[in-house]
Amino acid sequence: MSKQDNKNPKVKIPRQKMPEQDATLRILNFMEVPYGFTSELAVLEAERCIQCKKPKCVDGCPVNIDIPEFIKLISEEKFDEAAKKVKERNILPAVCGRVCPQEDQCEELCILSVKDEPVAIGNLERFVADYERKMGLVKAPIISKKRNQKIAVVGSGPGGLTCAGDLIQLGYAVTIFEALHQAGGVLVYGIPEFRLPKAIVNFEIEYLQKLGCKIELNHIIGNLYTVDELLEDFNSVYIGVGAGLPRFMNITGENLCNVYSANEYLTRINLMKAYKFPEYDTPMPHGNRVAVIGGGNVAMDCARNALRTGAREVTIVYRRSRKEMPARNEEIHHAEQEGINFKLLTNPVKYIGDKSNWVKGMECIQMELGEPDESGRRRPVPIEGSNFVYDCDLAIVAIGNGPNPIIFHTTPDLKLNKWDNIDVNPETMETSKEFVYAGGDIVTGASTVIEAMGAGRIAANSIHKKLSK
Amino acid sequence: MFEILSKSEMAAGTIIRFDIKAPKIAKKIKPGQFIILRTSETGERIPITVADVDNLGETIAIIFQVVGKTTALLRSLNVGDFIKDVVGPLGKPAVIENLGTVVVVGGGTGIAILHHITKALKKSGNKIIGIIGAREKDMLILEDEMRLLCDELVVTTDDGSYGKKGFVTDPLKRYISDDDSIKEVYTIGPIIMMKNVCKITEKKKIKTMVSLNPVMVDGTGMCGCCRVSIDNETKFCCVDGPDFEGHKVDFEELEKRNAMYLKDEKESLLFSVK
Repeated sequence: MSKQDNKNPKVKIPRQKMPEQDATLRILNFMEVPYGFTSELAVLEAERCIQCKKPKCVDGCPVNIDIPEFIKLISEEKFDEAAKKVKERNILPAVCGRVCPQEDQCEELCILSVKDEPVAIGNLERFVADYERKMGLVKAPIISKKRNQKIAVVGSGPGGLTCAGDLIQLGYAVTIFEALHQAGGVLVYGIPEFRLPKAIVNFEIEYLQKLGCKIELNHIIGNLYTVDELLEDFNSVYIGVGAGLPRFMNITGENLCNVYSANEYLTRINLMKAYKFPEYDTPMPHGNRVAVIGGGNVAMDCARNALRTGAREVTIVYRRSRKEMPARNEEIHHAEQEGINFKLLTNPVKYIGDKSNWVKGMECIQMELGEPDESGRRRPVPIEGSNFVYDCDLAIVAIGNGPNPIIFHTTPDLKLNKWDNIDVNPETMETSKEFVYAGGDIVTGASTVIEAMGAGRIAANSIHKKLSK
Repeated sequence: MFEILSKSEMAAGTIIRFDIKAPKIAKKIKPGQFIILRTSETGERIPITVADVDNLGETIAIIFQVVGKTTALLRSLNVGDFIKDVVGPLGKPAVIENLGTVVVVGGGTGIAILHHITKALKKSGNKIIGIIGAREKDMLILEDEMRLLCDELVVTTDDGSYGKKGFVTDPLKRYISDDDSIKEVYTIGPIIMMKNVCKITEKKKIKTMVSLNPVMVDGTGMCGCCRVSIDNETKFCCVDGPDFEGHKVDFEELEKRNAMYLKDEKESLLFSVK
């Protein structure tokens, strides 16, 4: 033990683990996997924080939550105050506490991680948000200064909600336009119930409505109103429509029956509740041997969903090695615990169909890692002659999304970048059109919930600067 | 919530027309575009192409055939009832140009969509030859409306109970062999019908537009459920269509993909009867 440790006995408390549903049980239900901290565990974990004078964790947070302060409040058992402290910067703490990749953000920079494991910041954030909600302590603050300028937010995903939340608290009149019949974007159609219960998402959205935010569902911007038409009624427009166009590999057989995009598979289950078919009308895709192509969080979500809906064997097929997998460690770990197989360094080259055009297998090729590519990861290279057939009766393609073209069709003067995403000034999120801002996946390509929220926040600040001039 | 302002039975109790109060959509929607609706909290999202818009831009008309659970549920709704969700306009509008002579070929409920497009084609000055067909007399819709719009109109029924006995392809063959001035064919109806129309027009290299009806979920390009092969390239019907050049469409694939949920649809119907 070093001198430092002696001076600071708190370090001796190990990182507290969240109790979670046993893997053998949870694959039979859609209930949330981790149960969350009890208040005792939360206080114990909070006491591990050494309250750095210059906390690095805050820099790692895209919305700059005052992390040491809210953790201090937890250690003093002032849970409600801690929740309010988090909410000063983050309008969706119960969501972020669950789905943020903290290990690459705040927790990565935690000074404790040099010698020990970092403080479980994400789990603590989740704890205070859940505490506040469950104890009925959520109060919508009174907005004293009302402004008469109107803002349109396009898309009710995490970025749009954050932008709307910030602007409404600054006194603007905010209307969110959502194309689907339910608000929440990827939080409701993409992320599964067992990772993010929909009741929590709805609760956070209702909070925004309590603040006075108007939400117009079933409004498809681009077609129903163009961006220019919105500008006739609103002083500024924020575009946060996400990366809404699933990518396919363009290989033979990709349109066979029972080959799905991850988006469709997850939308059926999450938004449309197909897992409750026939009580709900949307049919549920089924398979005994399921192949999920891709190595991100979405691939893990698909695989774990398949397991929960009766698949006997589920395999992740990924072209690089485990080290390059973009999914969070926690997600890969949960998937492994549940018995998901991993076929790494493997890529499908074509799907094979039966007589009625249903997928019955997938021809794959083995890969090896070559020189690093632009992403810095070693490029996978096919090994010639290593083809083999993998039998599967359901295949889910989870290799990412491109930009959705609907807004662009009717807004030709919106400048796009070389990936066909919206081109913005990253400092302000301003697009090439005055008074129009954009952020999240429609600007960066597929990224995380918290990155979209960070962009929504930057845009809200810029809009405020511009309109309050 | 979207109020049903009028309801009429168009054929033998299985084809229904609703006029739905949806002023925002009505003011924007163009021929060929569609909406997606959902009847209840547990309902599925189904795409329906809009058949007409009233002159004031207040209502949209949809015409649907009762084929499954959602359409059966829709039929049970009456004037004054509400449809929970309606979103639109979706898809790209039909490309309407003054080409000279255009043949429009419709079958079954496809005539409903064709009617909206025919109206626009007529308005832009085309001479229109119409061919519409149904299985039997009682299943034929919009004959009078089509007669008003078309310079010539031929009606066929599979069983010969009305008009000419046979399929819409029979008169089409005659027209395109007699009339060299035909610039385009627009055909909307069952997949098999559109496929056969395309086979005929392909020989004479007449540009043929079809409106496709794959299964959809969100209808905004987000899920890819509606993907179709056009010239061996995957397109999303909801954002790239629903209208495509028929000679490039892989109809066999569409037929098979559309049959994917037949078992589930039966189960769903049985469940709702229970």
